[in-house]
Amino acid sequence: MATSHRWNAAAEALLLPVFALAAALLLFGVFVWLGGASPVEAWKLLFLGAFGDAFSWQNTLLRAAPLMLTALAVALPAQAGLTMIGGEGALVLGALGCAGLPYLFAPPANALGSAMVLAAGALLGAGWVALAGWLRQWRGVNETISSLLLGYIAIALFKHFVEGSMRDPASLNKPSTLPLNEGLRIGPIMGDAAMESWLGDVHWGLVIGVVACVVAGAWLSFSASGFAMRVVGGNARTARLVGLPTDRIILLACALGGGAAGLAGGIEVAAVHTAANASVIAGLGYTGILVSFVARHNPWAIPPVAVLFGGFAAAGSLLQRRLDLPDASVLVLQGFAFVFVLAAEALRGRLFAARATAKRPAAPQPAAAAQPQGVA
Amino acid sequence: MSLAMTAVPDLLLAVVGGALRVGTPFLFVSLGECLTEKSGRINLGLEGVLVFSAMSGFGGAYLTGSAWLGVLAAMGCGALLALLHGLLCSLPRVSDIATGIALMLLGAGLAFYLGKPLIQPQAPQIPSLPLGAWSGSPAVQTALSVNALFPIGVALAALMAWGFKNTRWGLVVRMAGDSSDAARALGYSVNGVRIAATTVGGAIAGLGGASLSLYYPGSWNEGLSSGQGLIAVALVIFARWHPWRCLGAALLFGGAGAIGPALQSVGVSGGYYLFNAMPYVLTLLILVATCSPSQALKGAPAELGLSR
Repeated sequence: MATSHRWNAAAEALLLPVFALAAALLLFGVFVWLGGASPVEAWKLLFLGAFGDAFSWQNTLLRAAPLMLTALAVALPAQAGLTMIGGEGALVLGALGCAGLPYLFAPPANALGSAMVLAAGALLGAGWVALAGWLRQWRGVNETISSLLLGYIAIALFKHFVEGSMRDPASLNKPSTLPLNEGLRIGPIMGDAAMESWLGDVHWGLVIGVVACVVAGAWLSFSASGFAMRVVGGNARTARLVGLPTDRIILLACALGGGAAGLAGGIEVAAVHTAANASVIAGLGYTGILVSFVARHNPWAIPPVAVLFGGFAAAGSLLQRRLDLPDASVLVLQGFAFVFVLAAEALRGRLFAARATAKRPAAPQPAAAAQPQGVA
Repeated sequence: MSLAMTAVPDLLLAVVGGALRVGTPFLFVSLGECLTEKSGRINLGLEGVLVFSAMSGFGGAYLTGSAWLGVLAAMGCGALLALLHGLLCSLPRVSDIATGIALMLLGAGLAFYLGKPLIQPQAPQIPSLPLGAWSGSPAVQTALSVNALFPIGVALAALMAWGFKNTRWGLVVRMAGDSSDAARALGYSVNGVRIAATTVGGAIAGLGGASLSLYYPGSWNEGLSSGQGLIAVALVIFARWHPWRCLGAALLFGGAGAIGPALQSVGVSGGYYLFNAMPYVLTLLILVATCSPSQALKGAPAELGLSR
């Protein structure tokens, strides 16, 4: 019976988000239909723009890469019981750190130098989100509010430096920092064969994102410290009673998450924009929140969900061109998806319960609630 | 020296005028949030409500040609979005914080989508009250010409402060927020009370959206609200869930928000972005100062899961 419960829980973990996304797509169809566009056409274009051909796939994967890392910025603190949404701020500061390190000294123009500028970005991001975690543990400041506020402050700092002391005098219309040295940039996975290959200019950031998610998932599942973090997230009181260093674990979760988002910002600079400018502030941190919630804060589930939402974002311009929908249509779809995914949470533990109780009317409810996995 | 002599009063006037102008949206959102939180729920989504109602208020005024119908549209749309929050949070295992984040994204998405055709046109504006008419100085007159919604906000703060204490409704809302068991024992539906409080709170926040798009800055664009709704939510903590103190906090923050543009207008241009970030920094500092890790905040509704 126990294995069938576990199987049911796993099936439910997969089915609920799928149902929720289907409902969001359906409502999105109704929404565009009310605006006079054909819903079938919109669905078709969403699919084609995301996964229709090699070019769409490249676009999708390029957008998915940073989403995996910004989703980790939500998922890791969530595993420790926090609703931390500072990914946008950490990403923006990560971009600033990556572009800013060469102002301090000249890193070697090779892979080591790349690692150094990325590490600078990750460190800034880690510190920024850890600050919100520290404020929570030290002063009891609600981490959701403080991480959002810190996001606005990070963007102000970013603009202050990019349009001020760090501005490249050659960047006239679009204030930018000095472009990264060629040797520090992150190239396409396929290297010189990029143009002929179907992967095109999809860069190493995608690999970094997938590896980070896989490693984070393995760490949470198989290591003692990862387990400790889940205990803190499941029940902080119990964690304290068994003597876990709750404060330190929570700070670690925040720093790792912020580091991931900072890394995403660094990669956006080193692989895509070559300098820090306003293009970095594209709401990738906010979409990462949604990705993490759809993946139910499970790092292993993040890469496929990130690819899906990267795909929707990629399809946005197609919707705009072909159906004349505003560019915010993707935001509306994301909003619907978020609402349905949260609502689906209410069905957890019930999807298969009806059948189970019908079979054994006297049996107690399935003990789904006893799992420490869940994050409120 | 003489520059400083004239600059300081100018600056003060600009800050006072700014406190009234910029503070009005803060006032409405924090009053709406105050009502919501008194019933025991947090609506972080008021940021989304603010953007969405600003758009719909502007659209309503543009289409009907009447600013006041626009205000009504803003209230209605704010209430609708908040109703969604109230209903979602009434489902089992749905967190109000997470729902708030979702509404922030949804509200902004809907507003940007539906508001696309509204970026160019002009809409009739909410009239201003010339509270500075007694003065001969045009600077004073400009600073004290006040959004006609502002006195409504002050009256609302008074009404809420009185209502929470002295009316049956106020008591029921506070009971739902302080002890859902007591409310249930008296036969009230806790979820029903909370949904109603959240919805009315959304309508009040909608007035804040209308002041953004129909008074100051008085147009619709996608950067209209950048976190004012969120700051207002944080202000309620600072105001210890008291409507009068919400008014004070809103004015304080309006003034803080006006410092950046005011300094610019008197010729201080360095650190423009940093001055504009002042309200966020100030909010954070205030949260650090008011919150406490060990005990519940004084005046906080007991059912509120703000810092656990």
